[in-house]
Amino acid sequence: MAKLLDVKDYKVYYQTLKGQIKAVDGVSFFVNSDEVFGVAGESGCGKSTLGNSLIYLKAPMRYAGGNAVLDGNDISKFTDDQMRRIRFEKISIIPQFAMDAMSPTKKIKNIVVDLVREHNKRMSEKEIIDLTVERFKMIGLSKNVVDMYSIELSGGMKQRVVMVISTLLNPRLLIADEITSALDVSSQKFSVEMLDEFKDKQFVSSVIFITHDISVLYQIADRIMIMYAGHVVEIGNTEDIVSKPLHPYTKLLISSLPKMGIQFSQKRLKGIPGYPPNLLNPPTGCRFYDRCPLRVDPQKCQNEIPPLVEYMPGRYIACWAYTKGNDKNE
Amino acid sequence: MNELIQIQNLTKIFKSGLVGGYFTTAVDDISFDIHKAEIISLVGESGSGKTTVGRLILRLLKPSLGRIIYEGIDISTLKGKKLKEYYKHVQGVFQDPFASFNPIFKVDRVFNLLFDGYLKDKANKKHELIVESLEKVGLNSLDILGKYPHQMSGGQLQRILIARTLLLDTKLLIADELISMLDASTRVDVLNILGDLRNKEKMSVLFITHDLSLGYYISDTTMIMYRGNIVEFGKTKLVFDNPLHPYTRMLLSSVPEIGRKWKKSELEMKRGELPPGGCPYFDRCPLAMDVCRKKPSLKEIDQNHKVACYAAEGVKSNDPISFGKSHDS
Repeated sequence: MAKLLDVKDYKVYYQTLKGQIKAVDGVSFFVNSDEVFGVAGESGCGKSTLGNSLIYLKAPMRYAGGNAVLDGNDISKFTDDQMRRIRFEKISIIPQFAMDAMSPTKKIKNIVVDLVREHNKRMSEKEIIDLTVERFKMIGLSKNVVDMYSIELSGGMKQRVVMVISTLLNPRLLIADEITSALDVSSQKFSVEMLDEFKDKQFVSSVIFITHDISVLYQIADRIMIMYAGHVVEIGNTEDIVSKPLHPYTKLLISSLPKMGIQFSQKRLKGIPGYPPNLLNPPTGCRFYDRCPLRVDPQKCQNEIPPLVEYMPGRYIACWAYTKGNDKNE
Repeated sequence: MNELIQIQNLTKIFKSGLVGGYFTTAVDDISFDIHKAEIISLVGESGSGKTTVGRLILRLLKPSLGRIIYEGIDISTLKGKKLKEYYKHVQGVFQDPFASFNPIFKVDRVFNLLFDGYLKDKANKKHELIVESLEKVGLNSLDILGKYPHQMSGGQLQRILIARTLLLDTKLLIADELISMLDASTRVDVLNILGDLRNKEKMSVLFITHDLSLGYYISDTTMIMYRGNIVEFGKTKLVFDNPLHPYTRMLLSSVPEIGRKWKKSELEMKRGELPPGGCPYFDRCPLAMDVCRKKPSLKEIDQNHKVACYAAEGVKSNDPISFGKSHDS
C-alpha cells in the first residue's frame, strides 16, 4: 500500500515564558492511502497538537524538527502561503469542538460558501450550495438545513454539518479530532458510520482519527497508534493492539477500560497509578518510567529514550523490553 | 424499611422565552426510591432530564409537581437547621472538577469552609479529620494540602470533592457525570472509590451518566431515562442482559465496545409526529403501535425489572403504525 503521509522524527513545541513544552517530541509514523489511522492517548499526550500542527502551525506552536511528507511534499517545510493552497483541498481537519464554533449569526449556507471561496475560487455559490445539499441528503439531513442557523440544530446534527463542511472539497487526508467525544452513544455510532461511508465514496482517502476512546477506535480504525507524553509508544493493527497489547502502557490502558459484562462486585479493574510527566522538563529516559510496572532494565529505562522499533512486521514498539536481541530492526 | 429517599411523581417544567414563552417538560412524572448503600445509575442522552433529577434532589431546583421524601419529610418544606442537616446528608459532585474549585484559593479551602459552617463543633480535630477522609479516597494529604487547583489533575480534584462529602457524613451522593472528564487510566480508580464507599461507609450514590459501560460496572440498579420519562428500571444485570425497552436496546447496540464491532445500522430518522400524551419514544420506535399513542406506564415485568412499553408487556398489534420508509424525508 502506498504511503499517503510519512512522518519522521517530527517535533512540535509550545513556546511559553517558562520554556518550551515538548508536546510532540520526535514521533514517526505513516498513514497509508485508504485507511483509517487511529491515534489514542490520555489528555496532554500530544495527539491533538500533532493533528493541529499538520494543518496549521499557529503560535505558540512551533515546528522543532523532523519531516511530514504528504504525497511527496514535505509539508513541515511549507510556507504559510504554500500550506494555504493545499489546506482543505488536500488535507483537512474536523477540529475538536468544531460543532460549538459555528457562527450563531450566519446561516449554514453562508458559513459553507465563505469557507469554500477562501480556498477554491473556481466554484460558484450555487455549485457550492448544491454540493452541500447533496451531501446533506446522503446523511439524512434535510435540504432546509442550509437555510438554518447553527443554534437551531441538535449536537448530533451540528457534528454532521461540520463533517460535511470539512470534507466538501474531497481532501486526500482528513484529520478527525475527537469528533465523537461530546456526543451520545447513538450519535457517536452515526458519526463513525458516516465517516466510513465518506471513505467508501472516496470523499476522503485516509483519515487520522484522534480520540481518547479506544473502544471507538476499535470500531473504525485499521491501525492504531498509542501516544504517551509526546512520544509514540506503540503502533499496530487494531486487532493486535486491542487483543495483544505489548507495551506496558498500552496493556494497562486497555485493561483499565470498563467493559460490558464486568461489574465492580465481581472484578475490580485497576487504573494506572501516577500521572504523566511535565513536558516542560521531561525525564531523560522513557517517559513512562515513573508509572511503569515493568522497568526491564531500570538504569537504561531511566536514562535513555527507547527508540521506536519494528518488533514484528507492522508492529512498532518503543520500549527497552522489546529491543533486546532485536538489533537487526534498529 | 431501607429506603433512603423516595421520589414521588416528580415533574419539572421549564418555561422559556420572555413573553408568552413555551414550556419544556424536563422531568415527567417519575417515581423511584434510592435505598441505603445502593448505587443507582441514571442513564440517558443529553436532554433526557437526568441532570435535572439530580438538581431537584439537591434542591437546586424546585419541582413543578411531586415530592421528594427524605426521612419521612418532604424536602421542599425544609428550612434553617433542618435544611442544613439535609445538606450534611445529601451532597453533589459535578462534571467539571476545575469549575468546582476557586482557582485563586488553595484546595484546603473546600475543607476549611466546612469547618466554618457545617462542622463548627469539630473544628478542634480539623486536621486529623481531613487527613483521614483524604486517605479514604486514596490520597496522601501531603500531596494535596497547601496546593492550588491548577497543580492537581482532574482525578485528584474529584477525589478531594468526594473526600469533602465524607467529612459531612453524607448518606447520598449525587454524582453527575463525575468521571466523564477524566482520562481512562484514572476514571476507573474514581469509580472504585464509589464502590468502596458504598461497601464500607454504606453511602448511596445516584450516578448520573451517559456512558453505559461505566454504569454497568459500578451500579446495582439502573434507570434509563428518555425525554424526561423513566423507560426502564431494574437491577443492573437484568437491564443490561435482557433489555426490554426498544430504546434501551438501541442504546446498548450503540455502545462502542472492544471485541465487538458495531453492526451497521439503518439511518434512524424521525417517523411521523410525537403524539401528545403518547409514548415518548413513539417517533423513533420500530415497534410503535396504535396503542402507543397513549403513554405506557412503568410496569413490573419480571421481579426487579420494570419497563414502560406495551410491546414488552406483550401487547401485540397486527397493525403496526405504517410510517415506513416512504414517509422519510
